[in-house]
Amino acid sequence: MTAPVRNLAVPDDTVHTVLAVPGMHCAGCMGKVERALSAVEGVASARTNLTARTVEVVHSPHVETPTLVAALAATGFDAQPREIEAEPVSAVKPLLAPLGVAAFACMNVMLMSVSVWSGADGTTRSLFHWVSALIGVPAIVYAGRPFFASAWKVLRHGKTNMDVPISIGVTIATGLSFYETLTGGAEAWFDGVLMLLMFLLAGRVLDAMMRDRARSGVDALLRQVATGTMVVAVDGETRWLDTKALQPGMLMRVAAGERLAADGEVLRGQTRFDQSLLTGESAPVLAGPGTLVHAGTLNIDAPVDVRVSAIGQDTALSEIARLMEAAGQSRSKYVRIADRAARLYAPAVHTLAALTFAGWMIAGAGWYQSLVIAIAVLIITCPCALGLAVPVAQVVAAGALLKMGVLVKDGSALERMAEIDRILIDKTGTLTLGRPVPDEAALGALSPFQASVALALASHSRHPLSLGLVQALGARGVHAAMLEDVAEEAGQGVTGRWNGLAVALGRPASAQGMATALRIQGDPVRIIAFADRLRPDAEAALLRLAALGVEASILSGDSLAAVAAVSRATGLTGQAAASPAEKQEAIVRLQNAGRKVMMAGDGLNDGPALATAHASIAPGSASDVGRQAADMVFTAESLLAIPRAIRVSRKTMRVVRQNFVLAIGYNLLAVPLAILGHVTPLFAAVAMSTSSLIVVANSLRLAGEAK
Amino acid sequence: MNGVAFMLPIALGMGLFGLASFFWALKRGQFSDLDGAAARILIEDEDTP
Repeated sequence: MTAPVRNLAVPDDTVHTVLAVPGMHCAGCMGKVERALSAVEGVASARTNLTARTVEVVHSPHVETPTLVAALAATGFDAQPREIEAEPVSAVKPLLAPLGVAAFACMNVMLMSVSVWSGADGTTRSLFHWVSALIGVPAIVYAGRPFFASAWKVLRHGKTNMDVPISIGVTIATGLSFYETLTGGAEAWFDGVLMLLMFLLAGRVLDAMMRDRARSGVDALLRQVATGTMVVAVDGETRWLDTKALQPGMLMRVAAGERLAADGEVLRGQTRFDQSLLTGESAPVLAGPGTLVHAGTLNIDAPVDVRVSAIGQDTALSEIARLMEAAGQSRSKYVRIADRAARLYAPAVHTLAALTFAGWMIAGAGWYQSLVIAIAVLIITCPCALGLAVPVAQVVAAGALLKMGVLVKDGSALERMAEIDRILIDKTGTLTLGRPVPDEAALGALSPFQASVALALASHSRHPLSLGLVQALGARGVHAAMLEDVAEEAGQGVTGRWNGLAVALGRPASAQGMATALRIQGDPVRIIAFADRLRPDAEAALLRLAALGVEASILSGDSLAAVAAVSRATGLTGQAAASPAEKQEAIVRLQNAGRKVMMAGDGLNDGPALATAHASIAPGSASDVGRQAADMVFTAESLLAIPRAIRVSRKTMRVVRQNFVLAIGYNLLAVPLAILGHVTPLFAAVAMSTSSLIVVANSLRLAGEAK
Repeated sequence: MNGVAFMLPIALGMGLFGLASFFWALKRGQFSDLDGAAARILIEDEDTP
């Protein structure tokens, strides 16, 4: 066991710092992070949180945050400071205490009940009922609050949900049991009520855990984006500034390979910008002095100085924000399947109870007996297994998807995803990788020596083409050559020496499209062309989509020629040069025609479409807007994540429906007994736990489903 | 009946103790990193000989 290493030489006045460490994902990483930080002078303790991907450091005030970040960087972990107050509110925490109380009270009351069932009589039974009431009533009031509050909220608006029958059943059963206790009656139902609350709260906690887990996953992705830029002061000094602190009129120095943090106008320098996240356009756009450039675009060629223009007034971004706001409304109209079931279930159950009461009155039973039997009907039909039917299945499915690299934001995403029969896929960054990949043939033509020199040169640059080259050559198992005098000249390339021979990787003399030239003294110049490639398994993924009965097509903001090329390669039809508003319209048009449309996209320009579609998915490489607007995020490169998400969603809904049948079927068996007045608290307790266990067991079948 | 008079308070007391421990653990953040708690056992000690 490894306790956090304590350094006793640290004085008492300590401060807490929370760092986000997105790259930490296993026990080994946790150990490395904690050891690296504990080794820093002045650090008292470091404790990682794997769920939130953070580490909390307790240290003396002398230790600066950059020191801690540097210590982590030395072990290979990127870290960013994070304000403690920015910690998102967990949905699980407020439910844990009610669950604990319900479980405690349920167990204790059950002990009393067992004695009563085994034949305790007279004063003993009365005493046991009184003790049960003393534990049960406060516990029911406390643990039932989440349900009472939710039921009251919808009742005030004249609607109903699953919490309404639960609240009515719980309240009436508690009232009856209390009356029985007061009058020394034979049967009290405190145990059943508490068990019901415990199972239902367990379902709620599972549901909340799924949302928490997905959100922390998305948060970890968001934090990987550097949100800052290098700013040049009037005296020529440069410093790193947070995006939020940027002011109009400031001068940003944007290196090649960096994304713009704000809109602005180019003052100095000549370069090309990759606007694919913003417009979907894959061909880089030339920019020189006077060109207006937008936040989120990627500088490809050379460093430029950009004067920040008025923030937030840019037409493209403000239009996207306006469209997104309007789009969120249509999806909120979706009613979750549990609430749809409750709309049918609640009136049916309450009518049944009322009819039972009326029937026994007509048959000549007294007020009291008729009421007791009617309440037994209410208790036996209380949707205990029904409350677990949906969340357990969805949590198991979301866990299975998470293992395969698909983050599910919440349960309703799985429900909506299951209904999909049409998918629109963005081209740049979704159907394709959205980054330059070197031509395989050109790489294959390089000799091992040339490849090792190219890798060595490229590894010295942050240029997007170099990064692509390093990745491709690394994947081929090439080892970098040892070079000397390596230097990078912005906009020109990297130069160096190998055994006295001059070697260089840089812009080709005749630049057509994206390419780089490898020059080795005494060798002919090698041109390596780059292009955006289809994601791996794109064809297999599209075939599977077709097999699932989902019609696919491309919806892109890129030029007609670029879309046509991908269209030919994939056999999909497509719409090109679509603006964000046109993408949204295309989806609305299909949805008005009765289709359930799914959108897969990554860019800022896909944001409105992602928010409008019935369901949506975004790759992990997407823009912040894309990741936040989408229902699911897939982190792997393979496009197979999309058919997998749809298949698992459909399977989940099948299991949910089976659960409903199992839960309601159980009730159907028990209800006649209840109507005839043969149900005892013992019977209710056994029926409730058995049906819940059956539903949970059925849901667990989903665990291996995502493979 | 005499036995019950002893057993009841003892049983309840033990139950309450369990509940109090749960709330204590909840407040101390024992449930804030369930994934990490599962992985923590696998962390290798560096200073083993």
